[in-house]
Amino acid sequence: MSHPTGSHVTVGADAKPEPSPTTTTTTTASTSTKLHPIRDAAAQSPEAYEDEHVHSVYESIAGHFSSTRYKPWPFIASFLRERVASGSVGLDVGCGNGKYLGVREGADVHMIGSDRSPSLVGIARGRGFDVAVADGLALPFRPGCADFVLCIAVIHHMSTRERRVDALRKLLACVRGDGQVLVYVWALEQSSSRRGWDVNSEQDQLVPWVMKANQNKKDKESGGNEGVDTTYERFYHLYREGELEEDIRAAGGRVLESGYERDNWWVIGGHTEKTEKS
Amino acid sequence: MKVLSLNFLTCAVKTCKTQSTSYPLHPKDAELVQDDIELNQDFLINLLPRIDWTALSTTATELGFPALPPTPPTSEELRADAKTLRDLHSLLLETQMVEGKLVCASCGHEYAVREGIANFLLPSHLV
Repeated sequence: MSHPTGSHVTVGADAKPEPSPTTTTTTTASTSTKLHPIRDAAAQSPEAYEDEHVHSVYESIAGHFSSTRYKPWPFIASFLRERVASGSVGLDVGCGNGKYLGVREGADVHMIGSDRSPSLVGIARGRGFDVAVADGLALPFRPGCADFVLCIAVIHHMSTRERRVDALRKLLACVRGDGQVLVYVWALEQSSSRRGWDVNSEQDQLVPWVMKANQNKKDKESGGNEGVDTTYERFYHLYREGELEEDIRAAGGRVLESGYERDNWWVIGGHTEKTEKS
Repeated sequence: MKVLSLNFLTCAVKTCKTQSTSYPLHPKDAELVQDDIELNQDFLINLLPRIDWTALSTTATELGFPALPPTPPTSEELRADAKTLRDLHSLLLETQMVEGKLVCASCGHEYAVREGIANFLLPSHLV
């Protein structure tokens, strides 16, 4: 659902996080133990943690968030335009404001979007798309019904590996034997981005979203306080190189293609040849 | 939500996934609207193999449409039959369910549809 805004920097979006104590290390005589306060807090109750640090945040920032998300990413756009056959049925799990639902011109592919955030689904619906409110771990799609599934910037909001792998398993279940699942997640390796994370950074992060006072004024429905800046913190698991591929395999799928685009790792996953049946 | 989309939706409850009665979901108190969309013959013909015809027949009947033939037309038949093309286009792409409920016959859960949006978030006892 969320991407760094790249070259167009929007007021208030994705502020650079303060240096946090999350990278503190303690060394004892026998072992070196790294503290993982965010990961450990999430592990206590992942559902409750994601409710607070993902779902309710997107509900609060939906209008502002949507206004910063309109430009399709080049590889995803080319996937939709060049690799999807006429008559295909596609799902966009975590469709946000629906920015990928209308990329394919010519009305010869049917797409259905789903998102956990009712506010974002409402925005997508207002643009005329077929959308539903659904949780990524309890999807309402007929097994094997889709030719392809998009899942862009969603899996990194799941706060445990078990849930991330389960989410991928649920995506794979939606596509037919030779179907494709295109997944994007935020990369840990983005030393050239303004966030500056690199391989040594903590993978589990709370990333602030600052709603500026003037944005709050414009966008009262977002629940912000008129006249004051409001900071929301979203949970992210930043993927290291190769990790998304490992998770696809752990979910019972195989990696058809993978790559890196502007601070994100992506994978096209599919069923293993053993389970592939069209 | 188009009737076409209903053909791809099922119950979100985990234990219903293996129950054949959980698909298709059954419209209840459905309010429909009819859009005017340009017919794309090739799209419909290519789409046909993706559609679960038995489920579509059930949905069509439950929404008050005339009964569909027991088996889907072949692509050749469809290409040669302007009326069937028109009827399928109207049912699948021009008809939207905007209000009502979608009911799972396996667990009985009713998913609300409001302003064209179906809500599949589950109450905690069904997760």
